[in-house]
Amino acid sequence: MYDCIIIGAGPAGLTAAVYAARKRISTLVISGNLGGQAALSSSIENYIGFQFITGAELVQKFEEHARTLGVEVKIQERVFGIKETGDGFDVLTDRGTYAARAIIVASGKIPKRLGVPGEDEYLERGVTYCATCDGPLFAGKKVAVIGGGNSALDAAIQMTKIAAWVYLINVNPVLRGDAVMREKVEEASNVTIMNSTQTLEIVGDVFVKGLRLKDRRTDEEKTLDLEGVFVEIGSIPSSDFLKGLVELNELREVVIDRRNQTSKEGIFAAGDNCSRRGCKGTSWGG
Amino acid sequence: MAKIRVYTTPACPFCKMAKNFLKDAGVEFEDIDVSKDPDAAEEMVRKSGKMLIPQIEIGDTIIVGFDEEAIKRELGIDV
Repeated sequence: MYDCIIIGAGPAGLTAAVYAARKRISTLVISGNLGGQAALSSSIENYIGFQFITGAELVQKFEEHARTLGVEVKIQERVFGIKETGDGFDVLTDRGTYAARAIIVASGKIPKRLGVPGEDEYLERGVTYCATCDGPLFAGKKVAVIGGGNSALDAAIQMTKIAAWVYLINVNPVLRGDAVMREKVEEASNVTIMNSTQTLEIVGDVFVKGLRLKDRRTDEEKTLDLEGVFVEIGSIPSSDFLKGLVELNELREVVIDRRNQTSKEGIFAAGDNCSRRGCKGTSWGG
Repeated sequence: MAKIRVYTTPACPFCKMAKNFLKDAGVEFEDIDVSKDPDAAEEMVRKSGKMLIPQIEIGDTIIVGFDEEAIKRELGIDV
């Protein structure tokens, strides 16, 4: 039995692991992937101490730090439930069951889906949620980035260097991301920023061929011909496996107290998956 | 053993994970950076029908995304 199992190997989970290890608390980290959302960021320019670092490099450093201190890290293992036992908890995964006296849930967030026709059909056929991974497949093509926050701007900036043309489709009247990133997008010579524009449908044959849009100011509809759609409209807490065990709020965030404890004694939460009140966030600026 | 090709892009974290996994398993593979080789990118998409990175080609099979269990099954290894 471990003293502590940490679910999630993003910045919050690995930070918790380092702190636990330094207190000689026997710790296991279980995560579907390494680095969570941070790993997907092409450039992190607001992590103090690093003027520039890629997300992949930064999370690699986090993992090395945790492993050096003797933390056991299991990646590519998915947690689907937690069960209370007499003296702690069992964490149930797709590969086994692990027991611990306490749990820290740092499962972060997963990309929010658009929920429009064509999104499922053309997933991996032109629709992607990872510009950092899949961007180069769209070299010389016309693409759309959907969203107006920092991750959308990050994807748009990456794609201006690769694609022939980038349409930035923003449902709100203005872009919400950081000014430094907005400026980079606005300076690019191959971008069209389309504010107040709603995505109605992703169309295509075998692969994506276009995007049907509506101007929210005029209700006018139009279709853009393009081959790639990068969905970057934010994220939702990864908390499904906690339903019925700990209290979640209306945003599906884990509700925690000032000590980061959830409604269940012995289960704590940290990072992007928990409610902002009392939570030490690890939000990344893209 | 079947020929193994890993289709990657430079900044993709899942590509690094896939390559590290194969290295740790002592499996030899060819790393194809599709950002530098558009023909290989096209060939990959034609074979798998999927525009997603990474893809791992083992003999006649293509595994889309880094799926450790699928790779193990295909290679018949347990690490």
